[in-house]
Amino acid sequence: MRRFFLTAALLAAFIAAWQGVASLHSVDDLTLASPVETFDALRDDWSLLWDNALVTLEEVLLGLAVSATAGVLFAVAMHLFRPLRDATYPLLVASQAIPVVVLAPIFVLAFGYGIGPKLAIVALICFFPITVNLLDGLRSVEPELLKLMRSLGASRLRTLGSVELPASLPYLFSGLKIAAAVSVIGAVFGEWAGADEGLGRLVLLGNNQLQTPRVYAGIVILTLMAVALFALAALAERVACPWNRQERPV
Amino acid sequence: MQTQAEAPAKEPLSYQHTGVALRGVNRRFRELTALEGLELDLRPREVLAVVGPSGCGKSTLLELVAGLQQPDAGSVVAAGAADPAGRREACAYMPQRDLLLPWRDALGNAALALECQGLPRAEARRRAEPLFERFGLAEFERSRPAELSGGMRQRVAFLRTLLPGRPVLLLDEPFGALDAITRASMQEWLADALAREPRTTLLVTHDVEEAVFLADRVAVMSARPGRIVATLDVDLPRPRRLTDPRVVELRRAALEALGG
Repeated sequence: MRRFFLTAALLAAFIAAWQGVASLHSVDDLTLASPVETFDALRDDWSLLWDNALVTLEEVLLGLAVSATAGVLFAVAMHLFRPLRDATYPLLVASQAIPVVVLAPIFVLAFGYGIGPKLAIVALICFFPITVNLLDGLRSVEPELLKLMRSLGASRLRTLGSVELPASLPYLFSGLKIAAAVSVIGAVFGEWAGADEGLGRLVLLGNNQLQTPRVYAGIVILTLMAVALFALAALAERVACPWNRQERPV
Repeated sequence: MQTQAEAPAKEPLSYQHTGVALRGVNRRFRELTALEGLELDLRPREVLAVVGPSGCGKSTLLELVAGLQQPDAGSVVAAGAADPAGRREACAYMPQRDLLLPWRDALGNAALALECQGLPRAEARRRAEPLFERFGLAEFERSRPAELSGGMRQRVAFLRTLLPGRPVLLLDEPFGALDAITRASMQEWLADALAREPRTTLLVTHDVEEAVFLADRVAVMSARPGRIVATLDVDLPRPRRLTDPRVVELRRAALEALGG
């Protein structure tokens, strides 16, 4: 509770400072919308913002689903087949070095203006933290435990299912939390490269049309979306791995 | 410890030939000679304790018998099986730490041993359940490992070790992680359990007292290279008391062999 209070206090201080700076006469209204103006925009343009937010949310959720599925399958495959891991790990790292901003227009060329390129970019950004974290988790099982499983006569798949996968769940959720936080950025880049609808496109359009309060309102919603997704992943972790909180290995 | 009857998941190995024999066993790890020319015999249903200083290769010896390692030279036979896969099937191996899975309850952890043999989870749990009372764990079936005391966790690990009903029992410092009082009561509990149902048992420990208290014979091991330097018969009736002068005398003799 105390943590939330501190966060709320800091946020309130930030909004107050923001309002203060925006109220200065030397600051142009087109450069900076004040919190009050932003709130007004949120209220007045709500249905427009909401419709576009749903479009972006759909891109984000589908992208997350694709990357989570692919990431889990790929991490498990890399874990089971050492040559696959050795061959693909450096490429996986390299895939993260590609600037998504320049990749987005290429995806639009390839997949068109629909949901395809947005989904691809969200998935590309989210794939890395999910795969790498899960892979680390699968490899985190102590050798003694693997030895025990071998002495019990466990098959490779039994060890994977009964020991390695459950043990790596907290790692998977760490990856999902990072993915949830960055997924919204991916969707926005995707929409900037070419889209008919979505919150990212609305923000870009608002910027060009000097509708600064609407831009700020869009950013607030995008931020809340990322925070909510992160919180959802954190909640899922608490439900799925209750042992992880009460016990820390010695 | 009447566990064979509970676990007919596999054809039980013959209990007539459950001895263990190591002949001229060498084991090297790069520059380090862990074991050299090691000779050791366990008669069927005999409890043999191997004592030695830390790093003398006790755990290596146990893993060799368990079929988790192969010797560089020499032969290892456990309950008639000379190949590692056969030894793994003949031996119930209990590592130093309990290694319970934190996401499973106590019953699930014990049942894991049967699941590894191919039993469905529900069936494995059903078979493990009746043993909880005998192990002093009644009503803790649903507790997670974090909610159990050290001694109870160790008993769950024991249950998991014994459930598949394998003829040879390999114990690696089973009470090393426990406090002194819990350790003493667990030693009595194990002595009692082995007396009720004898099994070929290879117990590795650095605690000479524990060795004399539990074993029929005590083998003293030297470090680097690890080999057996002395064997002492503990020809004393059970239950033993640590204060028995004969126990004290044997303990002195073992410590002397360790020192020399």
